[in-house]
Amino acid sequence: MAHGTGPHGTGQGAFPPRWNRKMQQRLARGEAAALSELYDRFAPLVYGLALRVLENEEEANGVLSEVFSYVWQHPDAYDPKRGQLRSFLAGLAHKHAVRRLRWAVIQAGAAGEIADSEERIRAVTAAARADYIVTSMPEPLRAALELAYFKRRDYRQTAAELGVSADEARRRLRLGLQMLATAYTEAGRPS
Amino acid sequence: MIMGPYDHRRLKSLLGAWALAACAPEETAAVEAHLTDCAPCADEALRLRDAVRLLHPHDNLDMDPALRSGVLELCLTRRMPGIPMPRWSVPYDAEAARLDALLDDMGEADWGAPVQLAWYDDDRPSVRETSVAGVIGHLLAVDGLLALALGLPDPLAADAPADEAHPRTVASPAGRTEALWREAGSSYAEQQSLAREFRRRHASKMRDEWRTQTYALIRTAGFAGGGVADLLVPYGGGATLPLRDAFLDRAFECWMHAWDIAEAVDYPYVPPTPEHMHLMIDLAARLLPQTLAARRRSGRAAPPRTLVAAGAPGRTLHLEVEGKGGGNWYLPLDSPTALAGPEHTVAHVALEGLEFCRLAAGHVSPEEAAVGRDGEREAVDDFLYATASLSRL
Repeated sequence: MAHGTGPHGTGQGAFPPRWNRKMQQRLARGEAAALSELYDRFAPLVYGLALRVLENEEEANGVLSEVFSYVWQHPDAYDPKRGQLRSFLAGLAHKHAVRRLRWAVIQAGAAGEIADSEERIRAVTAAARADYIVTSMPEPLRAALELAYFKRRDYRQTAAELGVSADEARRRLRLGLQMLATAYTEAGRPS
Repeated sequence: MIMGPYDHRRLKSLLGAWALAACAPEETAAVEAHLTDCAPCADEALRLRDAVRLLHPHDNLDMDPALRSGVLELCLTRRMPGIPMPRWSVPYDAEAARLDALLDDMGEADWGAPVQLAWYDDDRPSVRETSVAGVIGHLLAVDGLLALALGLPDPLAADAPADEAHPRTVASPAGRTEALWREAGSSYAEQQSLAREFRRRHASKMRDEWRTQTYALIRTAGFAGGGVADLLVPYGGGATLPLRDAFLDRAFECWMHAWDIAEAVDYPYVPPTPEHMHLMIDLAARLLPQTLAARRRSGRAAPPRTLVAAGAPGRTLHLEVEGKGGGNWYLPLDSPTALAGPEHTVAHVALEGLEFCRLAAGHVSPEEAAVGRDGEREAVDDFLYATASLSRL
């Protein structure tokens, strides 16, 4: 998770729906400046997700190129009504990274190692899914986790920084972690 | 089991904070005692602890800065842009992105680091200490000259009170910077007097405003297309730059100040791409003949040896910039309008690209710059001082 917290950090903060809509329109018009801006805001997110899955910089670079050229070539694939552009990009990064990983496993996999490979794909997928969940969970939950985990604030400090009650801060931290925990159940719990 | 003020309901509500080690010590103890008795809470606690393992600290991604232009170019060849970015705004776009990435990588504590701004004033080195926020404010204020020329809002609050002691000198880069620092309290001393939280908020506000303006400038230049390339941007004191050069100048400043910040916080910072650096050096080389002429008029450079008619060949200084992004430039010495060329060379200066840029930014003195020199001594000295005088706050 990056330090940037506002819309001008690297895509970790909240982007108002209007910003998402406008960005989609600008991409659809073929505005090169919009592509640059999209890259600056989300490249670390896409690259980070891909690197976690693939553990290989060159492969992660490949995902980065694939994701951005896909969005640039198919600006209508993103529908602002269905959520944040950030989540859409995270989903694409996840999909492309896992596809590459499968391909690498198939290529490397001698017949006997398939079971192991599936296990590895599952474990990596849980981590990637968790990244995706953190990326697309509601902003108030993410902001609370960011403060408590990354900035090591206790829940009262978290509450104060977010301007909410201590009860609400506790609720957000618990709910955020509950959402995150589903990454395991959906991907199969790693041993 | 109920422990003091803690009942099951309350303990359950603490599980998230507990898993994140974000409870008070007595709460942690109460939760842990409860977990030995309450199976549902113990289950959930385990699940949430596992979930915390899925969080991971901010990876220092260390993305190759060259990756950006590679990915963007690939995209643009796959689908031609309907509204391309003018070539002269590309270095500014790249440098702003690099500085933004640096600011992203910096830890929160680094934002408090003092940053030295150095430039040449009246042929003497000047230094000013400011904060990271102050540097960003400086970029914001001076970039604002381009914003004004393009009809975008001025980052300096228009309704800020002007008084006798602080006249609104919005036209010059230095005046604008001082005005913004005053308005925003960005100077290092003022920053130090602020509580940490305020300083952090202020820095983040400066950064947001700066970045928003860079995006707006790039976007507007794209919309206006080639039509605005020659639009004159007033730089104060009667000086102007056509917009295409103003964008290069701002790209150069953005790089240099990013470098200042990187040095202050001990981060590595690589030079721009050779192509972009070449354009920046070329701008300096194109500005030098006029600068030399102005210095001659004010007695800071030797008078012309001969009077040369416009367009006629004149004494020439051969500037050879070595390394990536370098090249050869032939500068007329007697008059900006004289024809310069290899056959009229009376002096030869050779220096490395980075050294030239540091000289032009006032970061290294004309006396100390690592320069290979040959030919008329006076011409070389005039050239070195003129290059240093291109720098400003």
